[in-house]
Amino acid sequence: MRTVIDTMIADSVEHILQDCCDPQRVRQVEADPRGNVASAMWEVLEQSGFIDALCPEHMGGAGLGWREAAPIVFACGRHALPLPMAATMLVRAVLAETSVDAPSEPVAIASAADVLDDGTVRADAVPYGLTARWVLVSLPVGDRLLPIDGASRSPFGGRGTLSANIRWPAVPANSIPLSSKTNPAVCWRATAAALVAAQMAGAMQRVTAMAIEHANNRNQFGKPIGRQQAIQQQISIMAAQTFAARMAASIALGGAGWRVHPNTAAVAKARAGEAAVQVAAIGHAVHGAIGITEEFDLQLFTRRLNEWRGEYGGESYWNGILGRTLLEGAMSPLDFTRILTAAT
Amino acid sequence: MISELPFVNIPSEDESLRQSVRRFVRDYVANLPPDIRARSWLGFDAEFSRQLAARGWIGLTLPLEYGGHGRGHFARFVVAEELLAAGAPVSAHWFADRQSAPLIAKYGTEAQKRFYLPAICRGEAFFCIGMSEPGAGSDLASVRTRAEKTADGWRMKGHKIWTSNAHRSHYMIALVRTSGIPEDRQKGLSQFIVNLKSPGITIRPIRDAAGDDHFCEVFFDEVELRDDALIGSEGTGWEQVTAELAFERSGPERLYSSLVLLEEWLDAIRSRDRSGKEFNPSDQLLAGRLASHLTVLRALSISVTCKLEAGESPVVEAALVKDLGTEFEQAVPTLISDALAATPDEAAAPQLARTVAYLTQVAPTFSLRGGTREILRGMIARGLGLR
Repeated sequence: MRTVIDTMIADSVEHILQDCCDPQRVRQVEADPRGNVASAMWEVLEQSGFIDALCPEHMGGAGLGWREAAPIVFACGRHALPLPMAATMLVRAVLAETSVDAPSEPVAIASAADVLDDGTVRADAVPYGLTARWVLVSLPVGDRLLPIDGASRSPFGGRGTLSANIRWPAVPANSIPLSSKTNPAVCWRATAAALVAAQMAGAMQRVTAMAIEHANNRNQFGKPIGRQQAIQQQISIMAAQTFAARMAASIALGGAGWRVHPNTAAVAKARAGEAAVQVAAIGHAVHGAIGITEEFDLQLFTRRLNEWRGEYGGESYWNGILGRTLLEGAMSPLDFTRILTAAT
Repeated sequence: MISELPFVNIPSEDESLRQSVRRFVRDYVANLPPDIRARSWLGFDAEFSRQLAARGWIGLTLPLEYGGHGRGHFARFVVAEELLAAGAPVSAHWFADRQSAPLIAKYGTEAQKRFYLPAICRGEAFFCIGMSEPGAGSDLASVRTRAEKTADGWRMKGHKIWTSNAHRSHYMIALVRTSGIPEDRQKGLSQFIVNLKSPGITIRPIRDAAGDDHFCEVFFDEVELRDDALIGSEGTGWEQVTAELAFERSGPERLYSSLVLLEEWLDAIRSRDRSGKEFNPSDQLLAGRLASHLTVLRALSISVTCKLEAGESPVVEAALVKDLGTEFEQAVPTLISDALAATPDEAAAPQLARTVAYLTQVAPTFSLRGGTREILRGMIARGLGLR
């Protein structure tokens, strides 16, 4: 059952994002990722205190775990927030655990990074690489938070993307090392994958709500198209897929702290990716031609669903990992599932 | 309307039932081949049901005073999933435990509760569900079987079909018309508990494509019923059936019908590739995909159970989970069948092949029984605010 805290957080985040992250502002940030609209939006989020929600209370946070804070991530997806709020929440919580001061700017998490022979640090396809001011990378020397200043970046992906390929000539002197005392080591890709899955579930809720509204208002053959059984069946499928994606993400974000078990992250990202394909396709099918226009808001959400699906590993990657874990053990499918969900 | 389904875990006091149930059940089915265990909740074994009852695992949610165990829906969920995962032959008591007993507990008179519930909890009274008719399948409200009032009871005439276990049950809970005409739809319907030994009843099993006789045609020719055969009120049958369907649709049997096959297939890969060989990447991918679906479905089903536990009647939520669950149950034999055929040089073990074949033959029923997929989707659409 939802607790009072969950409901309070969900309502409050919903109001803040409705005000500061309306579709027009999302478009403005996409057009100018480092502009004033983006920094004003970040300022509102910073003032809200939610970015520190996972930090301990003595460090100025709220001491919450993902179990309580998951509604924040769902809301980020529901409003197509063009800034890395969830990733910043996570990195701040990890830094707080070793009493390191976190930067006050948006932080992105790289899915993969390496150091080339000439010392160049390379991180490709970094989600929110265009709006972040810092990037968390896992390098052979350890986990580092690298400032964007001094790096070169180029957009990765289609129109409106916020992902970037980023290069640093060398590991910057003012980079922030993350303590190796964090035990077990953080699997950043898995944790970030779970967060994207939750954003995807939020975006699917929005797309489903838009499809229902459109189906009830759009008239053809003398009645709302939502009265046609063909449309009802399709919208029922997208709703069921949205419920599945939300549950998948809730399992991964079910823990009392900031940690996410990689197996539950695998379930979340794989299942949300499968659901996203169907939800985006049906969302467009119900809307007809208007849904594909720049002016109509649907594309803000379906474009992200398709882009997020590939970030931090897609269905094949995570299902492959999960399947290997299952096959290498001796557990029945029921016990595998039971222990996986009990672990969160 | 449709409400959220939050992630919840089964409380530890209910989880603690699991190991003792598992030991007993796995022991009982140890010598049954997987294609027989794959019959799952269609497998019939009256002796098994009686032994289960003797251990206190039937009627878990019913009050103690009627022979039940005063536990909640989570306890029932744990027992049900252990039974289904093992492929135990549960159908003798399944329908009574799942829906007839809760129906009687909710709508029955004191005398009905005292008469039927203890016998159900002892595993001695088996029930079948008389809903469908030749002219009333998805359109259940158009049932034509009638009961006319007589001086001291009712006289029933008509014809039910697709009634699982009618030939092996003691009682049927039948939905029949008691007033008006079929065009009156949901109005004028009532439910009766019919003793299947009554004169005038003919039961004819119908063999299915897999060669099993589990469902039946049942004919009622001027069957005399006493007044106390009526359950609930005259004319409220539709409302009672709707409440019953929340129980019928919400349980783990709507996602576990192919679980025996999944377990057997995983074990076959494990023993084949144990020699340090890498697993076939496509098997790995499929195992992961089925595991991620199963994990989410089980969590959704537990979330619906949590609503039952809270006293709600999650009719639309149960329909949504059943729709997703039966899609999974049907996908498992389809996908595993292809995985087995991916290596034509190596034939699958015969009993694994028989298990796949059995499930492939009966899988179409998974999304028919308990309300067809298309009907459920219509209900979900209404719950979402369409129409």
